[in-house]
Amino acid sequence: MLELRRRLLKGGLSAAAITPWLGGGLLVPTTVLAAEWQKPAFAARTINDALKAYGSTSAAESRDIVISAPEIAENGAKVEVEVRCNIPNTRSLAIFADKNPMPLCSAIEFSGPALPYVREQLKLSETTRIRVVAKTGDGKSHVAFREIKVTLGGCGG
Amino acid sequence: MADPIKIRAQIQGDVTDIRVLMQHPMETGQRKDDKGQTLPAHFIQTFTVSLNGKPIIDGQLNTSISRNPLFTFQARGIKAGDRLSVTWTDNAGETRQDDITVA
Repeated sequence: MLELRRRLLKGGLSAAAITPWLGGGLLVPTTVLAAEWQKPAFAARTINDALKAYGSTSAAESRDIVISAPEIAENGAKVEVEVRCNIPNTRSLAIFADKNPMPLCSAIEFSGPALPYVREQLKLSETTRIRVVAKTGDGKSHVAFREIKVTLGGCGG
Repeated sequence: MADPIKIRAQIQGDVTDIRVLMQHPMETGQRKDDKGQTLPAHFIQTFTVSLNGKPIIDGQLNTSISRNPLFTFQARGIKAGDRLSVTWTDNAGETRQDDITVA
């Protein structure tokens, strides 16, 4: 009986020793490291709701966010947008298309040796203004805009 | 089973261009088929780019990213022999991981 109790105590102890490691994320496989998808921000139907959910309603306009995109896009299903941020300590870049059914297109976080730069292809439903929100390490948001004319909408594509 | 992710790293001095092509339909949930039935949304929600096992880029996407998303990123100080890996997960819970050794 004593022997059993001993073993139980031992077993219990080792389980308790492991648990904090699990909580600390040290034993979690790399595949689940990505932050959870921010549903409220992505599912928001208007640009104001999306900005609010993303937590960047009070962004200062900045010339240090450089957006390269075509002035006129013939096919809204594939519009290439390039963003480079020259603000020091930029942690993330989010791209919004004001008039898309769901304005937030992507939110990308950078760390370590990654530079705050991205080139990606968006679907644009109609002629719209693109806005890029850059968040820096001190919690501030910066924003830049760019107008893109779309001749053929990309919602069907 | 999802199609493989294509990853290219091009070292240009200190800065390396990382190109990632994730093969995915990126269905918006707004398109209709021939019978007028709405096709359900099916799109990549999150992806991670890791360098030698350490995440350096973490992205979240919406349906408004084009089909077969192609991304270009940049990072400093990548050397030949480094491992680059990309993982994505879509809204159906499907996931795919691929990696390359930088040449």
